[in-house]
Amino acid sequence: MTQALDEIKIGGLGASRRRVEDNRFIRGKGNYIDDITLPGMLHMEILRSPVAHARIRAIDTSKAWNIPGVRLVLTGEMMATRNLAWMPTLSYDTQAVLATDKVRFQGQEVACVVADDPYVAKDACEAIVVDYEPLPVIVNPEQAMAPDAPLIRDDKENQVDNVAFHWQVGDKASTERAFAEADVVSRISMHYPRSHPSPIECCGSIADFDRATGKLTVYMTSQAPHIVRAAVAMVAELPEHMIRIISPDIGGGFGNKVPIYPGYVMSILASILTERPVKWIEDKTGNLISTGFGRDVYLDGELALRRDGRILAVRMHTTSDHGAFFGDAQPSKFKIGLMHSAFACYDVPHAHLTATGVYTNKAPGGVAYRCSFRVTEAMYFQERMIQAAADDLGMDQAEFRRVNLVRDEDFPHRTAFGFLTDSGQYGRCLDVALEAIGYADFRKQQEEAREQGRLLGLGISTMTEPLGAGNSREYDILGIKMFDSAELRVHLTGRAILRTGARTQGQGHETTWAQIVAHELGIPADDVVVEEGDTDTAPFGMGTYASRSTPVAGAAVSMAARKVRAKARKLAAHLLEVSEEDVEWELGRFYVRSAPDRGATIQECAMAAYANMPDGLEPGLEASAYYDPPNLTWPFACYVVTVEVDPETGVWDVLNVVGVDDCGVRINPMVVEGQIMGGLTEAYAMACVQFITFDAAGNCIGSNYLDYLLPTAWETPGFELHEVVTPCPHHPLGAKGVGECATVGGPAAFVNAVMDAIKPYGVRNVDMPLLPDRVYEAISQRHDVSGAPPVKVD
Amino acid sequence: MYPSRFRYEAPRELTEAIKLLHEGQGEAKVLAGGQSLVPLLKLRFAAPELLVDINNLPGLDYHRVEPDGTIRVGALCRHATLERSGSLAQRQPTMAAAAPLIADPLVRNRGTLVGSLCHADPQGDWAAAVTALDGRVVAAGPDGVREIPIRQFATGPFENALRYDEIALEAVIPAPKGTPAGGYLKLERRVGDFATAGVAVAVELSGGLVTRAGIALCGVGPSTIAALDAEQALAGQALTAAAIERAGDLAAQAAQPRRDHRGSVEYKRHVIRTFVVRILRDIAGAAERAA
Ligand SMILES: Cc1cc2nc3c(=O)[nH]c(=O)nc-3n(C[C@H](O)[C@H](O)[C@H](O)COP(=O)(O)OP(=O)(O)OC[C@H]3O[C@@H](n4cnc5c(N)ncnc54)[C@H](O)[C@@H]3O)c2cc1C
Repeated sequence: MTQALDEIKIGGLGASRRRVEDNRFIRGKGNYIDDITLPGMLHMEILRSPVAHARIRAIDTSKAWNIPGVRLVLTGEMMATRNLAWMPTLSYDTQAVLATDKVRFQGQEVACVVADDPYVAKDACEAIVVDYEPLPVIVNPEQAMAPDAPLIRDDKENQVDNVAFHWQVGDKASTERAFAEADVVSRISMHYPRSHPSPIECCGSIADFDRATGKLTVYMTSQAPHIVRAAVAMVAELPEHMIRIISPDIGGGFGNKVPIYPGYVMSILASILTERPVKWIEDKTGNLISTGFGRDVYLDGELALRRDGRILAVRMHTTSDHGAFFGDAQPSKFKIGLMHSAFACYDVPHAHLTATGVYTNKAPGGVAYRCSFRVTEAMYFQERMIQAAADDLGMDQAEFRRVNLVRDEDFPHRTAFGFLTDSGQYGRCLDVALEAIGYADFRKQQEEAREQGRLLGLGISTMTEPLGAGNSREYDILGIKMFDSAELRVHLTGRAILRTGARTQGQGHETTWAQIVAHELGIPADDVVVEEGDTDTAPFGMGTYASRSTPVAGAAVSMAARKVRAKARKLAAHLLEVSEEDVEWELGRFYVRSAPDRGATIQECAMAAYANMPDGLEPGLEASAYYDPPNLTWPFACYVVTVEVDPETGVWDVLNVVGVDDCGVRINPMVVEGQIMGGLTEAYAMACVQFITFDAAGNCIGSNYLDYLLPTAWETPGFELHEVVTPCPHHPLGAKGVGECATVGGPAAFVNAVMDAIKPYGVRNVDMPLLPDRVYEAISQRHDVSGAPPVKVD
Repeated sequence: MYPSRFRYEAPRELTEAIKLLHEGQGEAKVLAGGQSLVPLLKLRFAAPELLVDINNLPGLDYHRVEPDGTIRVGALCRHATLERSGSLAQRQPTMAAAAPLIADPLVRNRGTLVGSLCHADPQGDWAAAVTALDGRVVAAGPDGVREIPIRQFATGPFENALRYDEIALEAVIPAPKGTPAGGYLKLERRVGDFATAGVAVAVELSGGLVTRAGIALCGVGPSTIAALDAEQALAGQALTAAAIERAGDLAAQAAQPRRDHRGSVEYKRHVIRTFVVRILRDIAGAAERAA
């Protein structure tokens, strides 16, 4: 008998294998967009609007053209002659590539210069003179919906106001009945402030149009290169086989690099016009003030409650601020994304949600930032409503959740909003978290501390969220269904190359996908190279965002490997001179059922596929798979945070953070924990400092890292992580998405903790960010603090 | 980010550096640690024609405590050096408390105390500490060397009393007459953030009484603020609870904060008061324990 392979040793399922991509990243050998230089390459810089709303009277580019080294100056007017001044957004709206009529937000693209070097391009941008006629500025939904508000989108036919949409879901009548029967109705209103994903690497592209071959190659920072190819083919009407999108190493995406930005489009046109490669590298301010942001949603929420703690119904109204163009990059039919996934982990019989979206003079393109299409807002609102409701009932926070969480035996569970959740052990996760934080002890300490005038607080957040779009029935982008793909080619020595339609930007695909192959085939993970991001070589896929890679592309990797295994079985039967039915599989090896010591390894089968195939069998050992998931995956998480608030300054310190994640089977536990820690860091960031706001004139406050604060290792607390594993019933490996869980579920835990600490002051809500001055105001004035922080008004 | 075009010189002699500045006629700028100037250049908020890099000038990278207690910090002494300085930790509590709160470790490796004073940022931490200590700046120009008291050095936000052809050579902290005590507290939203409000307190104690008090504030006015009334009220007093509270109130009154996204006027005043009281209570507590 040969010894069976040790799956952990070959880097298979469950191995905390070190990330192979880090080898090059920590040596400074990554290949990012700005590392690429092509012969004869020109440089593009964008001139942005300094004002938030103005009519463009004239643009004078003559001085810019006269600067030596300038090759091209583009304005909206010139784009318009090629029908490229406007482009469609992923939410069926339109967005200006270069402004023609008006500028509608500060930072909007007004012109661009292509020159021999970026310094000259920047000088030339400064030499362009734009004559702006100022218009009244709208920076929030209240102003947008005022009766006499100026019309922002006067470019759109039939647009009479600043409303982008009204939408609703759920059962209004049954929800109203349930509210009529409630013992207690708990109400709370809040704002989830605007934030920005702010990847360290900004956006950029190098467009290279080759007149001789007719081929357009675009290197660009895209989380979804195939979608870009599809969009360019469909919108710019270039033949699809003549478009190659290459997404090199990406320095962080977080959803910021899903949309198609004006800069990409301009660089493509500039390359076509100059017949030279054109590089555009966005600067930090450009990235912060013009590209996909997150959140900016207001909630009015109500829960109908029975005295014993049962939730009878939920009613939510959201008002979302989309900026100047409705550019949400999300694939659902639902205008406010998956907001109605709220309360999916609770057994709530009736629910109704209404949503209003408005245009304002702010940057467009919401729904970015590790949020899975507004699930971040949904779960924050949910957990803040839950905390307020428990307080209103005078019930313990943990107990109130326990009473209402969906029970293990109730799966599959249809939520009141119509989603189907399929698996979980919600109560167990809560128990593990409370045990880890020392719940009962902490409550005692909290009491004692209060008597000494010290403010301790504990916040809980429990949630399940829908991750991993598709399925194809409900989710598509530009009509293309949300499946994903993998292509596995095993070489003759048993080494392999795997390509998928996803695009890693920190998630560790190069490590994890190889582990799936190792699990399915017994080929050591080190023998599998993973390649993504080049549309000429990778199979068609929808990219990486919304925690969808493992649920969809990862499943496709399994399926492709299983096809390879099926063919290898034929080769093994041939090598072992038995019929296929007599061959059994163990990790890495086929053997004869009646004589287990007679076997053929997967490597021997691979060699046979090239050197010794049976008659009638096609040579080679490779397979591809396209995977259309039957449902979303529903991971569950429970985050518990304890804090101490300084009543004299409003400063709060985190004492402990416990995270219990049930994301199904973990392929690489270390990578999963990395995702959770990153997510919790972002949750902490959101709760304490990270926000973008605007002054009355529409100036963006948060346009650089002095104003837009990312927490660093210095202030970020430590995290204690635990796991519970409930396999996903429909994923080939039982895995669920996880990348966004902590960003989604985490913020409420931090805010709930601070609110718990200052509850004695009669405060129900302080909106994020919980900056010290806002917390102090709540304590000293004994009132709620709502809305975005005010900005320089004096 | 792409700054405007500029010429760059890195002279090895002080006289050469001064000559370059003089010829620059106000269009030249000194480059020290670069931690304030370079961000301005890259955003094109500053576009000097010439940068005179002083990092090659000999003999400016020092800090020392002289036998009489006078402290001298040379123009190329970095924040990080002061943060790790044993002599400051022993001899100058206000500066020792301020050093680790400036910016983040990366910035501290390059930025200089003297550069920070020259930059005259109303939110600068060193200016508050040196003001509380009543220090002075030594500057050299075509006409020789002169000393400028710190309380006359900043002439407005981001403006200082140097002539365009002068280089600040060192900052001087006078020797204390009593036992020096003090502290620095800063409200920041995150490590590396500038102060929402910062308080530097430096007192000298003798026989249970305050013989000299320095209190300076940053982040709460158009430039660093010396809380004169609070300083005077403490002088000659014992650090009683009442004296401490009164100093806190007077310092809060001296602040001239503006409402912005970091907080209201009342909040910033309240923080100033809280910080002054906290530092003075600590000093009183330590003095009591020592006695
Ligand atoms: C991310 C970040 C965070 C920061 N946070 C803080 C903070 O929390 N608190 C704080 O106090 N500071 C902070 N700073 C500023 C930092 O302390 C700088 O180091 C300091 O303000 C300037 O010192 P420098 O040596 O870098 O000067 P430079 O940037 O080289 O110069 C600054 C200005 O002073 C002039 N100058 C410099 N040296 C001389 C000299 N010897 N003679 C004449 N003129 C001179 C220059 O011409 C220039 O105008 C921060 C900086 C950064 C980048």
